[in-house]
Amino acid sequence: MAPTVKDDGQRRTRGTRRTNIVSAISACSALIVVTLMPLAAQRRDFPTRPPGDPAAIERGRALYSVNCTFCHGADIRGGDSGPSLLRSAMVLDDQNGELIGPVVRGGRVDRGMPKFSFTDEQLQDVVAFLHSFTAAGYDVSRMKPPSILVGDAVAGEAFFRRTCASCHSPTGDLRGYAAKFADEKQLQQTWLLPGSGGRGAAPPRIDLPPTTVTVTLASGQKVEGVLDRIDDFVVSLTEKDGTHRSFRTTGAAPKVEIHDPLQPHKDLLRAYSDADIHNVTAYLATLK
Amino acid sequence: MSTAEIAKGAKGAKKAARTAGRKAARTVAVFAAFASFAAFAPLDPASLLKPLGEDWTSYSGDYTGRRYSALTQINQSNVKQLTLAWVSKLPGAPAAGGRGGRGAAPGGGRGGAAPATIVGGEGTGDVVVADALSVKGSILAVNGVLYVSAPDHAWAIDAQDGHEIWHYFWKTKGGTHIGNRGLGLWNNYLYMETPDDYLVSLDARTGRERWHKEIASFAQQYFSTTAPVVVGNHVLVGTGNDLDAPGFLQSLDPETGELQWKFYSVPMNPGDPGVETWKSLDAARHGGGQMWLPGSYDPETHLYIVGTGNPTPAYTSAPRGEGDNLFTCAIVAINVDTGKMAWYYQTSPHDTHDWDSAQTPVLVDADFKGNRRKLVLTASRNGYYFTLDRTTGEHLVSSKFSETVNWAKPELNKLGQPVRNPEKDYHIAGALVSSANGGATNWPPPAFSPDTGLFYVPTVESYAMYYLTETDPRGAMGLGGKEEIGLGASTTYMTAIDYKTGNIVWKHKFRTAASARSATGVLTTAGRLLFGGDPSGNLVAFDPANGTLLWHAAIGQVTNAPQTYMVDGRQYVIAAVGDTLYAFALYQ
Repeated sequence: MAPTVKDDGQRRTRGTRRTNIVSAISACSALIVVTLMPLAAQRRDFPTRPPGDPAAIERGRALYSVNCTFCHGADIRGGDSGPSLLRSAMVLDDQNGELIGPVVRGGRVDRGMPKFSFTDEQLQDVVAFLHSFTAAGYDVSRMKPPSILVGDAVAGEAFFRRTCASCHSPTGDLRGYAAKFADEKQLQQTWLLPGSGGRGAAPPRIDLPPTTVTVTLASGQKVEGVLDRIDDFVVSLTEKDGTHRSFRTTGAAPKVEIHDPLQPHKDLLRAYSDADIHNVTAYLATLK
Repeated sequence: MSTAEIAKGAKGAKKAARTAGRKAARTVAVFAAFASFAAFAPLDPASLLKPLGEDWTSYSGDYTGRRYSALTQINQSNVKQLTLAWVSKLPGAPAAGGRGGRGAAPGGGRGGAAPATIVGGEGTGDVVVADALSVKGSILAVNGVLYVSAPDHAWAIDAQDGHEIWHYFWKTKGGTHIGNRGLGLWNNYLYMETPDDYLVSLDARTGRERWHKEIASFAQQYFSTTAPVVVGNHVLVGTGNDLDAPGFLQSLDPETGELQWKFYSVPMNPGDPGVETWKSLDAARHGGGQMWLPGSYDPETHLYIVGTGNPTPAYTSAPRGEGDNLFTCAIVAINVDTGKMAWYYQTSPHDTHDWDSAQTPVLVDADFKGNRRKLVLTASRNGYYFTLDRTTGEHLVSSKFSETVNWAKPELNKLGQPVRNPEKDYHIAGALVSSANGGATNWPPPAFSPDTGLFYVPTVESYAMYYLTETDPRGAMGLGGKEEIGLGASTTYMTAIDYKTGNIVWKHKFRTAASARSATGVLTTAGRLLFGGDPSGNLVAFDPANGTLLWHAAIGQVTNAPQTYMVDGRQYVIAAVGDTLYAFALYQ
């Protein structure tokens, strides 16, 4: 009855994730997709161009590097004196040089762009080169930022002793914590709030106790179990022996108390400075 | 449906109108459909000026954006008897060939076969739309017919029993299919935006297409979701874009679709107002400010008051310069006759989190410090609430409505604007920021009740880590350059704000085991009720004075804002759960 909700709060995130996938596909394997799926339906969030002739693109790259790179950048994303061509409305709207051609040949003298007297063939090669780039907010090849381990591990250890040590121990539950992670962001996200993950490989399994609930009935009887579901009207739980129980909660009784093992982590989100977070991560990264 | 079939149907309609009895299944469906057309009176554009009552004629029900209905049949004294009247599951895309498209017919069991789907569109039919069919916008209710939309789809539904009258399907070229916010109606004609950037006009009686016009460049990665708003002889259409492209609002002729004017929300030419707030004209021309939600309209001043989107690049903002990046993240007032801006107020100068200010503003005439004033109210995605004078744009009140929001400095500036703390933009090692990308509120529309003087808005408190991933000083494009990883600990509220002070009068924290769910839009009525959807899958009714819960029904996660209308003396409350509509009524 209740379909999965598309949370519009995630509107942009969802959109960009898809962009990510689409651009990755179109950049890396457009040829394969087109070849293997000539008749199959395709996802197309944004217009994608058929792959250009590799030889033409290479000839275009050479011409571009000599004539255009200085102003527009080797990756067409703009240089010191010229705008990005990757996000240019004119380049995006251009199909086969009909918009780009007149600008290249006529120049934009008022903005400092000279005229270029390319032959038709040369022009087509430059156009093929420009259209070989995918315009998207996310480009997987560019997502290689430096290490996030910028904090002070000593300060992080001190913070840990003050704030975390009542529940956690570097020689107990956190022994070898850092060795579980291939990705630094996963390491950080997981200690901030287990399950908040990050991208890339699946995060390591963290065994968490479940959220439990205690329902005190009007009679004074207490019913306890693992929380299944709760809203403003009904709470339901599973007792130790597997029995499902649910209670209407709209009156004065019963009393409902939820025990969320992650509540201290959630509460701390209001208290951390970014430096605290970076320091604790630097410290936990030493627990190999 | 072929022309011949339609002609046949139209003749039959006259007979059907005279015949009370029902005939064989297929015939009945066609006749019933046309019988309701016989009752259909064209929507006089002047009736769009009426306050929200029996019909729901535009995105917000009326031009004020208050979503306050005058209907009182359903009220505080009887809401506990509110009961299900009908359920209607909307059919999806037709199978190849343009027919079918339904499993079990929604009309099944009611003796009605579904009418054939009318197919339009410029696409080749091979684009996979992975997004589930979902109603995430407003439904028009006019003279007993509901007009419903989702990306690439429009339906006419009988308002009394939910059966389908017609279904129009647009074969897409692609584009982001995140949602469609509703249809516009002028006389007999409907207007729908498509994700691949067309405005389609349909005949409301038959669902047949009159024309479609390209409204933005698909190649530049625009995608169009918003509900067209009809004002006089203007159809106002906005669009969306997540790359680096300028935002705009266009006014089209309702008869022909010809362009009347185009308003850009960023400077496009040397010397344009606001260009000094950008690093360069090129930066401004790629500066975003998409106008992706409907605004509200003041007929006395002819001002269309509407929100603008975030600047781009959204996160790596250095290429935009240090300025405010006008007129992004602002409330702007546009004269509908000329397309010229009368005033603006920026709610997020130099936004760096993709928190647009596109939320539909609410127009209220009410007391402010002893004087009756023409006001506009808005709660912005950035977590701040504003009351402005809607004739001049003068700032009157600001307040923060989220306890967790931490992206701005503690003090507002002298214009009442929040001041960004650059340390909370992002960090290579992550900055802990509230809100997550969805913001403290989003597109789900707020409401205002003149009975309580309160502004009602669904709000969320959430955190995410914002990591910088683009270290090139030229920045990234669009929404790129960062990785935002949410911390699944969000809390959802219904929040009631006093427009005079910005103070929160009551705030209901929805109890839920679900995480990271946003609340739905809001409806309030003269029956002293406030309807919304909770994050656990209930349609709920509050007492708008104090937030006491009065009624609920576990129909699933509501995906639009609840609405109300009256047909033949009966008031209905409707809400969408994905592809299914639920209607509630009282039987007395």
